[in-house]
Amino acid sequence: MRISYREAMRMALHDALASDPRVFLMGEDVGKYGGSYAVSKGFLDEFGPERIRDTPLSELAFVGAGIGAALGGMRPIVEVMTVNFSLLALDAIVNSAALYRHMSAGQFHVPLVIRMATGAGRQLAAQHSHSLENWYAHVPGLTVVAPATIDDARGMLAAALAEPDPVIVFEHVMLYNVEGELGDAWREADLRSARVMKSGRDVTLIAWGGTVGKAIEAAEALAADGIDAEVVDLRVLRPLDDATYVASVRRTHRAVVVDEGWRSGSLAAEVMARIMEQAFYDLDAPVARVCSEEVPIPYAKHLEDAALPQPAKIVAAVRRMLGGAAGASR
Amino acid sequence: MIEFKLPSLGAEMDEGTLLEWKVKPGDAVHKGDVVAVVDTSKSAIDVEIWQEGTVYDLVLEPHRKVPVGTVMARLLEPGETPEHAEAEKRRLLAKVGERESITTPTQAVTGAAAPAIAASRRRVSPAARVRAQDLGLDLADVAGTGPDAAVTIDDVERSAAARARGAASAPPGGGPATPPAGRPSPVPRPSPADRAVAMRSAIGAAMARSKREIPHYYLAADIPLARATRWLAARNEGRPVNERVLMAVPLLKAVALALRKFPELNGHHLDGAFAPGSGIHVGVAISLRQGGLIAPAIHDADALATDELMRRLVDLVARARALTLRSSEMTDATITVTNLGEQGVELVQGIIYPPQVALVGFGRVTERPWIDDGHVTAAPVVTASLAADHRVSDGHRGALFLNELGRLLQEPEQIDGSPA
Repeated sequence: MRISYREAMRMALHDALASDPRVFLMGEDVGKYGGSYAVSKGFLDEFGPERIRDTPLSELAFVGAGIGAALGGMRPIVEVMTVNFSLLALDAIVNSAALYRHMSAGQFHVPLVIRMATGAGRQLAAQHSHSLENWYAHVPGLTVVAPATIDDARGMLAAALAEPDPVIVFEHVMLYNVEGELGDAWREADLRSARVMKSGRDVTLIAWGGTVGKAIEAAEALAADGIDAEVVDLRVLRPLDDATYVASVRRTHRAVVVDEGWRSGSLAAEVMARIMEQAFYDLDAPVARVCSEEVPIPYAKHLEDAALPQPAKIVAAVRRMLGGAAGASR
Repeated sequence: MIEFKLPSLGAEMDEGTLLEWKVKPGDAVHKGDVVAVVDTSKSAIDVEIWQEGTVYDLVLEPHRKVPVGTVMARLLEPGETPEHAEAEKRRLLAKVGERESITTPTQAVTGAAAPAIAASRRRVSPAARVRAQDLGLDLADVAGTGPDAAVTIDDVERSAAARARGAASAPPGGGPATPPAGRPSPVPRPSPADRAVAMRSAIGAAMARSKREIPHYYLAADIPLARATRWLAARNEGRPVNERVLMAVPLLKAVALALRKFPELNGHHLDGAFAPGSGIHVGVAISLRQGGLIAPAIHDADALATDELMRRLVDLVARARALTLRSSEMTDATITVTNLGEQGVELVQGIIYPPQVALVGFGRVTERPWIDDGHVTAAPVVTASLAADHRVSDGHRGALFLNELGRLLQEPEQIDGSPA
């Protein structure tokens, strides 16, 4: 079945609402408007205002309410319009949701799922376009995932709702319209493992969320030159599945990390550090990364494109890494 | 500018691995200061410097195996300024540039310092290093084609394949290629098993050289130790265990004092000629728990009082077993004394440690019938032996040496102090 990422997400939400009465959806414009990205269109009529709740524009208030509901035995799905706005709810997420299990010695769990749109590419300008996944991937007590494929958009939500502790789901804004084949793999979606999307011999491209597709495009461009790139989709940003990408780097001896976040203090930096810690003696070149330029994401289309990781930048990084002679001869 | 080079730390040492630096650029150093720890096949040795100066730069990185004579560091002589040194460096770099002109935009921007780095350390990827080591390939011969001309796995494998093709066409029986002098090759810190193998091979090489080159003659004499034993017992009486002196100490001291009259047994035979020792530095053979042995020197042993000699001996044994000896202790011995009495043997017939010219052995101190003034008595006796180099001394002098040794041991109180 060929569907869009939006439809996959919508099917997952529908399943959750239909199968578990404790599940409800809450956020800005999720009801009457049908969701900022039209994921919950029609849900208000089908499930009613008790379970599809439009909220005031206060992330702190409705994320906090979600935490309370989760503590009270519900399975809330809270939608935050973009990760940029989630900073208003950082206290509720980082100081409450992430900590309760630890601070209550396991007596209280917060089975809360927070969906956030992230990333740039739709000319929404700086306050709606940043990628702050690394802020949340830094915090113990949270599980952070970034579904990049149709299968994961369809399958990860159920896995997230099954977790006893808070899960943050990052949905890249450029993915909603992407179409793909939905198979059966989505039923196996977990919240622990990374996945090799395409195997290759010469270099490992490590990406997640919105950069997975760009990495695959880069791999195809490189293949035309005889450079065989492996692409790893991290899928889960916390806890990182070191084993999968480190094993890949051990095979290829080279790695490029592709991260739409800013370079400084990025999740890419963390992945690079782990490669250095665990596979230094297998490396044939310094690990490289392709990140966003360190500017607020611009509004103008050509500037926005220039600020973001692009397939051409990934290809260039791989060529640099392979060096003059090796790159030319391949 | 003083060039500090890797010294030879033993007769058979031709390369060593820098384990760590004990100094950093800017440090002032004085004669006898330990500046680095170097691993030889035998042990990790604290290497001393014998010049005054200020460390200018450390040329060699730790964990590199290099041949003896490789420049490890450069020092400013007293009064020399860094400006002199920079001028010198530029001059050297100009030479390097003629030989292998390496210029990249980066280096052009950063000026003189960057080529210095390129000259002292090649860019080799970690995986390429590992691969080269697995293949036993010297990276010095591998051209780099990676980013910034770094050596990559592919480069190593290409080079190994080329070597294999070359070896296949070479006549059989050729040994492994010797790395060109001065080009460092990376090695990991040796494992205990590797070290045991290396030490066995080093001992084998030294002893084979000794038997090949040195015309040994052997003498032995029984020496009664009744007086020495009584003297030692009285001396140790009432002392705590850690202050007691073992018989090994008066034996060592007597050897050192006897050597004052027999300089032809104390020194080195080098380049076809004998060079008497500058002092009496007695090498003490110490067996190591992991196997093998080492014979570091106690400097000027003839001038040390009994207690001091005991203290030095205990310290030396502990440090030899912990593998923390100093370079001067490894190279300065002018004679070796080996004491196998504890193992129960009566007579040692030793092999001289080149370039030394004599070795004194002691067996077990046993109660034996001894005729003294026409009466047979039971007395503690040791058999002392001498193996000496006939190129330097003759049996007559060797016999007189053993006599002198025996005489000194009858007057233990005379050998107790530290005579000038």
